[in-house]
Amino acid sequence: MTETIADKQAALIARFNTIPGWEDRYREIIRMGRDLPTFPEEHRLEKNKVKGCQSQVWLHARPDDGRVHYVGDSDAAIVKGLISLVLAVYSGHTFDAIIATPATFVDGLGLGQHLSQSRANGLSAMLKQVKLYALAFKAMANKQTL
Amino acid sequence: MSAFDIERVRAQFPMLSGREGARKLVFLDSAATSLKPRVVIDAEADFYARDYGTVRRGIYGLSQAATARYEGVREKARSFLNAREVNEIVFTRGTTEAINLVANSFGRSVLKSGDEVLVTAMEHHANIVSWQLVCKAVGATLSVLPIDDSGQLVLAELDRLLSPRVKVVALAHMSNVLGTVNPVAEVARRAHAAGAVVLVDGAQSAAHMPVDVQELGCDFFVCSSHKMCGPSGVGILYGRHEVLEAMPPWQGGGDMIVTVGFDETTFEAPPYRFEAGTPPIAQVIGFGAALDFLDGIGREHLAAHEHGLTDYATGRLHEVPGLRVFGSAPGKGGIIAFVIDGMAPYDIGTLLDEQGIAVRVGHHCAQPLMKRLGVASTVRASFGVYSTRADIDALVEGLHKVRGILS
Repeated sequence: MTETIADKQAALIARFNTIPGWEDRYREIIRMGRDLPTFPEEHRLEKNKVKGCQSQVWLHARPDDGRVHYVGDSDAAIVKGLISLVLAVYSGHTFDAIIATPATFVDGLGLGQHLSQSRANGLSAMLKQVKLYALAFKAMANKQTL
Repeated sequence: MSAFDIERVRAQFPMLSGREGARKLVFLDSAATSLKPRVVIDAEADFYARDYGTVRRGIYGLSQAATARYEGVREKARSFLNAREVNEIVFTRGTTEAINLVANSFGRSVLKSGDEVLVTAMEHHANIVSWQLVCKAVGATLSVLPIDDSGQLVLAELDRLLSPRVKVVALAHMSNVLGTVNPVAEVARRAHAAGAVVLVDGAQSAAHMPVDVQELGCDFFVCSSHKMCGPSGVGILYGRHEVLEAMPPWQGGGDMIVTVGFDETTFEAPPYRFEAGTPPIAQVIGFGAALDFLDGIGREHLAAHEHGLTDYATGRLHEVPGLRVFGSAPGKGGIIAFVIDGMAPYDIGTLLDEQGIAVRVGHHCAQPLMKRLGVASTVRASFGVYSTRADIDALVEGLHKVRGILS
């Protein structure tokens, strides 16, 4: 993987900035949510629910050779789109890169105040969970090599 | 038709007219909290700037003047609810604290193991959890009066549920989701015949219709200033004198005692027995201005205005394909909860917000009711004294736009 997390965020911001008008930006987010891979039903568990979201959000991750692969879902189309943005940025990267790279794309997408205040829609809770998975997998990996 | 000039009313609300640089606000969340008229904002600010003093503690003139104004609001509140005596009005932090006060003081001293508290299926969490905590502590149980599909209480079940074990009946005057106005006087009559006391949660009714606690016949009536065009942090507990008089204090502190010793303390009579510590003085004074404001318009006019809006909104919302309204009780108040098939309430609320339209989305602190309605959450539009048909038109147009984006 040559593209860094920072590269992906910059590309995402650039793409959204070419979309004029809030309605089309939301349409794009919702479209990205529709393109999310189907969430595996065996992971739709209480322990995979992200707390602090106004809608229901599920996030699951598995480690693979030092990298983290995420799957996510929500019952709200906009939130599902936000998950898709987060996963497009972070999924498939190394533990260290995920832990070290802050999410800067949220403010750059030209979305309304509502979405930028990420606490309300659970975006910050989601981002925190993404990092926690990477931290946990890294700790497990270190333990195994010791 | 409203019997007052809505544009003149709106002009008194800075949030609707005077926000420089901000886009026009379509505020449809008055069931959560109401906007404030200039007279309320000024009353609170002027008190801090010119007349500030503590109450019931000072020898100096400012304190005595503040005390007179503070007690003056108690009299306004008495008159507003048509209580018999001014001593029946206790200031609390709000509806939630008022219910907790009754549950902890009255509830804990009266309820015994095996007793019951009867609530309804449409209660706000404040009128469920406060009782549940006390029931758990004393070994009492919470029972529930069901509702029908139109969102009305099933009164046919009431007498069966009113066993001699029921000591308290706690119910909403107006549902914060369905808008249903409950037949409180009838429930109170039957509850009293069965030997129970009655608490009425007036959070949604107090600012929207005439309230007469003597006519309702309830023992307790509770409401919040911030839903009544007044400041946050203040509420009223009305308690019938004989009942309040027999209740032990709940919170201890300054101003609620007669004498304090390390062995024994004697307590003030109501209402001071229940007002421990320095109260929210400026907010109470602002609340007084809010009560004057509402009475100046006249609550019967207000109720007519909001009923007109509710009828208009119900008709217009049905133009939106797939939209379902919860609650169709005759004479319902200005609260309309709805869902649109195939669309998450969160998405609807977010996209309305983008258009400057403020609605509530969620379970509205009524999860048992959501379960009864078979939904996890709804969108809720609710009206206040300043709401107009134009607000409703904006909502309907906004929903059409939302559908365009989401489908």
